[in-house]
Amino acid sequence: MNSTTIRRWSQVHTWTSLICTLFLLMLALTGLPLIFHHELEHLLGDAPELREMPAETPHLSLQQLVDAAERHRVGEVIQYLGYDTDEPNGVVAITAATAGTEPNSSHTFMLDARSGEAVAMPAANGGILMVILRLHVDMFAGLPGKLLLAFMGLLFVVAVISGVVLYAPFMRRLKFAEVRREKSARTRWLDLHNLIGIVTLTWALTVGITGVISACADLLISAWRAESLATMLGPYRNAPPLTQRAPVNEVLAIAAKAAPGMQPDFIAFPGTRFSSEHHYSVFMQGNTHLTAHLWTPVLIDARSLEVTAVSRRPWYMDALSMSQPLHFGDYGGMPMKVLWAVLDVLTIIVLGSGLYLWWVRQRAPTTRREHKEAAA
Amino acid sequence: MNWRQPTFALPLLIGLLSASGLLSALLGDGGWDAMAWIGLGVPTVLGCWPLLRRR
Repeated sequence: MNSTTIRRWSQVHTWTSLICTLFLLMLALTGLPLIFHHELEHLLGDAPELREMPAETPHLSLQQLVDAAERHRVGEVIQYLGYDTDEPNGVVAITAATAGTEPNSSHTFMLDARSGEAVAMPAANGGILMVILRLHVDMFAGLPGKLLLAFMGLLFVVAVISGVVLYAPFMRRLKFAEVRREKSARTRWLDLHNLIGIVTLTWALTVGITGVISACADLLISAWRAESLATMLGPYRNAPPLTQRAPVNEVLAIAAKAAPGMQPDFIAFPGTRFSSEHHYSVFMQGNTHLTAHLWTPVLIDARSLEVTAVSRRPWYMDALSMSQPLHFGDYGGMPMKVLWAVLDVLTIIVLGSGLYLWWVRQRAPTTRREHKEAAA
Repeated sequence: MNWRQPTFALPLLIGLLSASGLLSALLGDGGWDAMAWIGLGVPTVLGCWPLLRRR
């Protein structure tokens, strides 16, 4: 690699890093507690606790649960009912002023499926973890915030790749993991930056790219609505508004028949963004480890309870679904969460040392060439 | 030639190990999870070790 090429890559690395570093530091810091959100919710007493009841206490019907949810939140309607594998006797209910209300204005709580009793889920509606989550997801700025963070994630990916390109000339005369401790602080930190950066590379790229995909979730869901949903709903284009819904009781059985071997994850009610104005949509998930992350929506006519379509997933919805575990690190038990956290801290150190190296070089422009030669 | 000399040999190995770790836990529990802990554990230890070592 000649010196002009190195200088160009170096400029790419410097500028992409500089622009995204502050945002990435914020994301890495807020991401740290979010890795353990499940444990922290229990610790803070924010996790829903259901009353003790005899085992085998029968569950209410789905329609009774929907009625209980709407009685609990007077003036609101049900948007979603979700199933939680950790709590087989609980159903997560999401309600809002209208079915189409945006997610941040919704209210989330758990219903005891045996009694219909509402149990608060403070972590889903406010509280410190919700504040951290909103900072991490959109900085309280909605879609523009998400897209800005997606762009910063892209810059981060470019910074990582240009860093790998620059790793070659910097390491030409060094052995792997060699840290020149006897030299100046700058040289030592340069070696540490290179070493920690290269060993955490795969993880950082994975979390970066899946973060960008997740940040584009709203756009992907809109594309899915416009593309797949619109074609399936052709016959409903001029249908009169839904005034009478059939009880929701049977939809799970209907969906199970339409998508054999799958389990329900959540039900989207008519008018929400995961359904149409005329359908109950049951989102089924596969029952193998891998396919449990992938959704297959079953659209059920809310008046006749006939299956309109079992949706084929477009590839970008699969990419979105698979991005969730690979971004959160919640799919390999507690040891994986701990590793995720340590890798996150290592990324903070790479970001910080990068900023430091840039700062030192800025302050000593005359010795720039010497440093570069010392490094190479 | 020293085994640590080729610039991208060990980084490539570590990258492949990390990738197999990231993927294996998606495929199952138990042994698959343990593979993920090893795959991600190696880069984590390698990243921490030079920071913890005394000068």
